[in-house]
Amino acid sequence: MKKNNQVIKEKGMAGEKEAVGKGGREKSRRDFLKSTAAFTGGVMAFGLLKGTNALVFAAAEPASETGPWYGIGIDILKCIGCGKCAAACKKENHVPEEPWYFRSWVEKYTITKDGEVHVESPNGGINGFTETIPEEEIFKSFFVPKMCNHCYQSPCVQVCPVGASYDSPEGVVLVDEKYCIGCRYCIQACPYGCRFINPVTKSADKCTLCYHRIAEGLMPACFEVCPTGARIFGDLRDENGELHKFLQTHNVQVLKPHLNTGSKLYYNALSQEVR
Amino acid sequence: MKIYIPPQVKRLLLFLPFIILLFIIFRRLVIPDTFGDLGHYRAASLEDYKAREVNYAGHELCGYCHDDIAASLASDLHSTLACEGCHGPGQKHVDDPEAHNIGLTPDRAFCALCHAKLPARNPEVITQIDPAGHNPDKNCIECHNPHMPLEISE
Repeated sequence: MKKNNQVIKEKGMAGEKEAVGKGGREKSRRDFLKSTAAFTGGVMAFGLLKGTNALVFAAAEPASETGPWYGIGIDILKCIGCGKCAAACKKENHVPEEPWYFRSWVEKYTITKDGEVHVESPNGGINGFTETIPEEEIFKSFFVPKMCNHCYQSPCVQVCPVGASYDSPEGVVLVDEKYCIGCRYCIQACPYGCRFINPVTKSADKCTLCYHRIAEGLMPACFEVCPTGARIFGDLRDENGELHKFLQTHNVQVLKPHLNTGSKLYYNALSQEVR
Repeated sequence: MKIYIPPQVKRLLLFLPFIILLFIIFRRLVIPDTFGDLGHYRAASLEDYKAREVNYAGHELCGYCHDDIAASLASDLHSTLACEGCHGPGQKHVDDPEAHNIGLTPDRAFCALCHAKLPARNPEVITQIDPAGHNPDKNCIECHNPHMPLEISE
């Protein structure tokens, strides 16, 4: 039965091809697949080209708006993994104490001499870190503080079905707690794992870049308490600002640039191993 | 050619403006006032965020009263530290210093959060000790003044 069907199908295709051929335009399945592959490949290559430009929104921020346009710089070489940023974030914003709710946290990367990458973040780094791998086996080890990347083209904002997730005029990605329906779509969309459902408000929750603090001219809590100056907060429109200087004098990268999220969190000395 | 419209469709067409009106009224009721003012979101949400309480007062405020400690802190290695980084959020203490105090008695584990030796810590950025080997029975502040860490008393 099956074989029969196939024969009929092939005959049908051949007939069609003949019909088209008579009209002067020969278009086989092979041609169609070729052009489709070329088109898709072209689109992907273009996306990749654009995406690898990490500084695109630092160098040329959207011109249509005025006022501050906030970005973040993190110097991995200066981070000592004290976890004060993660602790201050929880205290400032009343983030639930459980060790799986974080708006800001620190990860410790340890690359051993066999090439394995070990990532640890016990309680987000709030209670400090210990090294369980013997020192002679370690090739390289460093801390990576993580938080919302406040992307300009944030996937989390794009997928929100009700318009509860948004990009503020200052470039801060926020969630309207009163409007969020808790569908968790944004949590899946964020490639950096920066969102969670707050068990108290039942709304999607994330780093607000301490919007209530920056509105009063204060630094976000994590930047306020950082003891080594590893975190730099600033206005990307301010050409003489600290953040501009940091971006111009360091070899900065963003996380997952191929996703073209328009991340505005710039890391100095970011290793390729960091995800 | 005359198009035949069934009578039930004609009756339904009479109701069409009413249905559209109902839809417009319903839409107005369910969409919040400021939705769409700035973008595809409720603009008043920004005001909700601005109204949130501040817990970390900021390092500048501390020096108004504790000018002596602020001066000693600024004179030594810990000059880049914010007061509230160790002492915790102080806005309540600023508002009512009598009722809320944020004094701190650090133990060894607290100092080790920054100063314990770890391969991931850049030795050029921070002085590190081995907590198990460096005077393990003593509290750090018995010898080191946390506001002026270079000053050592024994």
